[in-house]
Amino acid sequence: MLTVALKALLSHWVRSPFQLAMMLIGLSAATALWSGVQAVNSEARASYDSAASRVSGERFARVEAPEAPDFDEEIFIRLRRAGWLVSPVLEGRTVLQGEAVRVLGVDPLTLPSGAVSVDPAASGRLGLFLSRPGLILASPDIAEKLSGAIPQAIETAEDLPEGTVVTDIGLAQTLLDRSGRVSRLIVGSQQRSGLEPLQVLAPELALRQPEAENDLARLTDSFHLNLTAFGFLAFVVGLFIVYSAVGLAFEQRRPTFRTLRALGVSTSSLSGLLMFELGLFALVGGAFGVVLGYGVAGLLLPGVSATLEGLYGAEGPQSLTLRPSWWISGMALSALGVAAASAQGVWTLWRMPVLASAKPREWARASRLVRLWQAGFACVFCISAMILLQVGHGLLAGFAVMGALLLGAALALPLALSAALEGLRRLARTPLTEWFFADTLLQAPRLSFALMALLMALSANVGVGVMVSSFRLTFNAWLDQRFVADVYVSARSSEEGDRLFAFAAPRVQEALPIWGADARLGDLPGEIFGVAVSASYREHWPLLEAVPDAWDRVETAGEILINEQLARRGDISPGDTFVLGPGWSARVAGVYSDYGNPEGQALVEISEFRRRFPDAPRLRYAFRARDGEADAFMSSLVSEFGLPKEAVIDQAQIKAVSRRIFEQTFAVTAALNALTLSVAGLALFASLMTLSSMRVSQLAPVWSMGARLPVLGALELLRTAALALLVTLAAIPTGLGLAHVLLSVVNVEAFGWRLPMHVFPWDWLQLGILSLIVALLSTLIPAQRLAFMSPSVLLKVFTSER
Amino acid sequence: MSVRALFLCLCLAASAHAQGFAGLGMPAKGFASPRPGVELNFPDDHGAHREYRIEWWYLTANLEDSQGRPLGAQWTLFRTALAPGEGGGWSDPQLYMGHAALTSSTDHVFAERLGRGGTGQAGVWVSPFHAFIDDWSMKSLATSDADPLSHLELFAAGSDFSYRLTARAGRPLILHGDRGYSLKSASGQASYYYSQPFYEVTGEIELKGQRTRVSGQAWLDREWSSQPLAADQTGWDWFSLHFDNGEKLMGFSVRDSAKGFSSGTWISRDGRGIPLSRNSLKAFPLAYTRVEGRRIPTRWRIVLEERGVDVTLRAINPNAFMKTSAPYWEGPVTFSGTHSGRGYLEMTGYE
Repeated sequence: MLTVALKALLSHWVRSPFQLAMMLIGLSAATALWSGVQAVNSEARASYDSAASRVSGERFARVEAPEAPDFDEEIFIRLRRAGWLVSPVLEGRTVLQGEAVRVLGVDPLTLPSGAVSVDPAASGRLGLFLSRPGLILASPDIAEKLSGAIPQAIETAEDLPEGTVVTDIGLAQTLLDRSGRVSRLIVGSQQRSGLEPLQVLAPELALRQPEAENDLARLTDSFHLNLTAFGFLAFVVGLFIVYSAVGLAFEQRRPTFRTLRALGVSTSSLSGLLMFELGLFALVGGAFGVVLGYGVAGLLLPGVSATLEGLYGAEGPQSLTLRPSWWISGMALSALGVAAASAQGVWTLWRMPVLASAKPREWARASRLVRLWQAGFACVFCISAMILLQVGHGLLAGFAVMGALLLGAALALPLALSAALEGLRRLARTPLTEWFFADTLLQAPRLSFALMALLMALSANVGVGVMVSSFRLTFNAWLDQRFVADVYVSARSSEEGDRLFAFAAPRVQEALPIWGADARLGDLPGEIFGVAVSASYREHWPLLEAVPDAWDRVETAGEILINEQLARRGDISPGDTFVLGPGWSARVAGVYSDYGNPEGQALVEISEFRRRFPDAPRLRYAFRARDGEADAFMSSLVSEFGLPKEAVIDQAQIKAVSRRIFEQTFAVTAALNALTLSVAGLALFASLMTLSSMRVSQLAPVWSMGARLPVLGALELLRTAALALLVTLAAIPTGLGLAHVLLSVVNVEAFGWRLPMHVFPWDWLQLGILSLIVALLSTLIPAQRLAFMSPSVLLKVFTSER
Repeated sequence: MSVRALFLCLCLAASAHAQGFAGLGMPAKGFASPRPGVELNFPDDHGAHREYRIEWWYLTANLEDSQGRPLGAQWTLFRTALAPGEGGGWSDPQLYMGHAALTSSTDHVFAERLGRGGTGQAGVWVSPFHAFIDDWSMKSLATSDADPLSHLELFAAGSDFSYRLTARAGRPLILHGDRGYSLKSASGQASYYYSQPFYEVTGEIELKGQRTRVSGQAWLDREWSSQPLAADQTGWDWFSLHFDNGEKLMGFSVRDSAKGFSSGTWISRDGRGIPLSRNSLKAFPLAYTRVEGRRIPTRWRIVLEERGVDVTLRAINPNAFMKTSAPYWEGPVTFSGTHSGRGYLEMTGYE
C-alpha cells in the first residue's frame, strides 16, 4: 500500500519534470553557494594554521641575522650557556628524490612547546628523531614520494603545508648542505631575570618580537565574515526557489492527497511518505550542491588567495581538498533548507480533513492578513536595524544590521508593490491596460518570493557597488597624494643604503629615507617609521585630522603622526598623548589615512627614529627627481651606482601594484554578488515557469474576448519588466542603506578606516538594465509558450472548468 | 642503586617518548654492563661513561638561612645515551637532562633543561671537572692535588629562583657495595655507585625575588649503569641522612609485588662506608599527603636494628613534588628518635 501511495506521490514529479528540476536546481544552488563559501573559508583558515609562520615558530620572539639568511650555530650554544632559553631552527629549500621541498630543522630538546605545528616528541618517535639516519616528518604529498626512497624513516604529518618536511636540525643541515648553520633562534616566552642582554651576547643578531597570537585570524576574520554573509544571502535566495517549488507541488497534489486519504492511507503514513520524498530531494539536491560548491570554491579560491596575500600578507590556500565535513554540512544544510521550505506544506496536510475540497487554493494566496503580517515584520526588522546601528558595536552587529535591513526591505516589498500597482491601475485608461495592472496586482503576491529574492540580490549589488566605487575613488586620490616621489629604491644593506643616500642626494631635488622598525603599538604589532620632514610631506601627505602646524611639530617638537587604523583602534585624536614604547610617549600631531595596511603605524622625525632604533636597517629611500630628470636618475642608479634593476621602482609601478591589490580586495565580493544575482534570476524564472502553466485559466477569458495571443505574450514580458523595474527602484534605497552600513560600520571594524560615500547613479541605471535583462530572460520561455499556445488548450479551460 | 636508573629511564621515556626506552625490561643492547671487581679510577670516573646507557651527577643540600629556617637545594644532571659512544655535533647520541629545585617549608620551585652532548650545550669535563647544561653548572674549584669533587661551585636557575653554592668536603669518597660495584636486586642487577656525603656548603639563594645567604650540608651521588629494573618493581623510596653526631646513612627500598628489596651504606664519622646487610633496613610510611593528585608518604619510620636506629622522618615541605617530564617527589627532611638530624628523601612511583 505504501509503495503504491509513494508511486502515486512521485508520479507528480514525472508529470512535471520542470518543477522537479527547479526544485533540485534551487536546492543545489543554495547549498552550493553556501558550502562553496564555507569551503573557501575553511581552506583559508586551515592554511593560516599550517602557514609558514606557524610551522617555524613565528608566534615566539626570535633572533635572526638582520641581513643574512643564517648564522653560526655557535651563537645558539653561546646564548644557551648564558642562560637564554632559545631553540635553533634551520629552514631552507632543497630537492629530495626530484621533489622540491622546504626543510625545517628543529631541535626537539630545546623547542618551546607549541612552536611548531607538529610535535617531534610525540609518542615514541623522539629517539628515532634524534638518532641517525633519523626521521623525517613530511607533508602527505612529500611523504608519499620519499617513503622508502631515502635511508631516513618517513612519517606523514597531515598538519604540514604541502611540500614541507620537519626533521632534526642536524639532519636538516646535512640535507641542505649547510653544516653548522641556523636560520634563527626561537626565544622561549619565559626567561629568567638577570640575563645578559642579547645585544651584548650576540651583537650580530637582531631580536624580533612575535606576531600577536592570532593576528592573522583577527585581521582576516572580517574578510571571512564578509564572505559568509554573502554565502548566507545566496543560500536564502536559493531557498526561495525551493519554497515556491515545494509549495506549488503541495498545492497541485491536493487532489492526490485527498484520494489517497480516502483510499485509507493514514495522515501519519502520508506525512511520512512526503517526508521521505523530501528527504530524497534533500539528499540529491545536497549532493549536487556539494559538488557544485566544490566548483564554486575552486572558482573563488584564486581570488581569495590573492586578496589575502595582497591585503594581509597571509599565505592563502592554493588548492582545495574535498573534506568529509563539507559533505556532512552540505547535506545537513540541504535538509534544513527542504525542511524550512516545506514545513508549512506538511503542517497543512497534517491538519487537512479527509474530504476537504480538492480544489487547488490559490497558491500562496495573498490575503490581506498575510500582507499585514509581512508589513509588521518588515517594521520590526527595520526598527531593529535602526536600533542596532545606534547601539551595536563590532563587525557582527554591522552584518546583523545589514541582514535586518535586507529582510525588512524584502518583507515590505509586496506591500509597496501592490500600492504602486494599485496607483498605476487607477491611471489606466483602456480596458486592456486596466486588466493588465489588475492582473499584475494579482500575480505579484504569487511572485513575491522570487521578487523578494531579486530585491535582496539587487540591494546587495547596489550596496557593494557603492562601497567599491567610493573606495576606488578615495583610494586613487590617496595614492596620488601619498606617492609623490618619483623613484623608490631598496638597498641590500644598511651600508649600501648610506652610500646610496650619499650618491643620490646631490642628484635629486629631495632624498627621503623610509626607515621603519617593528614595534608594538597599542599592544598590537605595528611599525614606526622615521621621516625627514620636507616639502613633499608637508604638501602631499594625506592628513585626515591635524593640529595646526602639525609638520613643524613633528620636525621640532618630537610629536608624531599616526595612521587612521591606530587612531580608531585606540580612539586617539590629534593632541592626545600616545605611548610608543617603554619610556617613550609623544603627542599626536595628526592622523593620516593609510589604506591597504592592516597594522598600526606611527611616523616620527628621522633623527628621533635613529636615536630610538640605532640598529634599524637603513635600506629604503624615496627620491624626488629634479623636473624631467626622473628617467635619467633612475638609469644612473642602475648603471652608475650599480643597484639591481628590481631594486629601483618608479612611482607608476608602485601605484599600479597598489591598484591591483585594491582591485583584488573586492574581486571575490563582486564574484559572489554576480552569483547571487544569477540565483535570484533563477528564482524568478522558476516562479514564472510554474505560474505560466496555471495562468491559462485566467488568460483564456481575455483571449476569448479578443486579445490576441502574441499581444498577451508581449504583455507577459512587459509585466515582468515592470515588476523588475519596480523592484530595482526599491533596491536603490535599500542598497544605499547597505552601503552606509558597509562604509561606516563594517569597513571601520574590518579594516580600521572609514570612507566617504560616493554615489554613482550611472551604475544604478546599469543595474536597472541588468535586472531587466534577468527578468526578461526568465520570462522569455513562458511568454513564448503563451504566444504560440494552441487555441485548443485555451478552449479546454472552458470545457474542463470545475 | 639502579632504582634511580629506572627513574632516569622512565624520565626520558616519558619526556622524550624515545623508542630506545620502550623496552625497559630488555637487556641493554650494545651498552656495557657493570662487572664486579673493577677498580674505580679517579678522577676519570668523575666524567661521563658513554658506553653505559645512564648516568648522573646528583647533589642534594640541606641548608638553613641566617634565621635558622631549613631549606633544600637539588642540582642534578642526568645523562642518557640513545646508543653507546660518541658522535659529532647534533648526531651525538648522548643526551643530558638537568633538574634543579629549591625547597623551603612554604615554597617548592624547580626547573628542567634538556640538551645534546655533541653541540656543547651540555656535558661533563673531567679536567678541570665541570658538569653543565646551559648556564647550570657544577664546577670544581679544587687544587690539582686534591680530588676534583672535594671543592665544587654549583649554579642553577629557573624563572623564579636561582642559587649559587660552594661545597667543600674534607673526607674521601664513599664507594657503595663492593668497592663501588653496587648490587641492586636478587636477580643480579647492579651499577657503579659512589658518593661524596661530607660537603659543608655556603652560598646564596634567590627565591621569589628574595636573596638569602645560606649554609649547610650536601651529598653528591654518582652512579652509572645500563641495566633497567625488573618489570614488577613499581617504585622506590631513597634516603640520605646526616646524623647530628656526624654519622650518615644511605638507604633505599624498592617496592615490588613481593617483599621488596632494601639496601644501603652506613657511613662512620671517620669516613668509612660499611654496606648494610640485605633487607636489614626497614622503612614504614606513617602519614600521607595529597600532592598533585597523588597520595605520597611524607612521614616515615626508618629502622636499622644492626645500628640501633629507629627514627621518624618528616618532610620539611610535603609538597616538594618535581612536576618535571617524569614526576617524582624529592625534598629535604628532618628526623628524630634514637638519632636526630636531617637529610633528603626521594620517592617515585606513587599514583
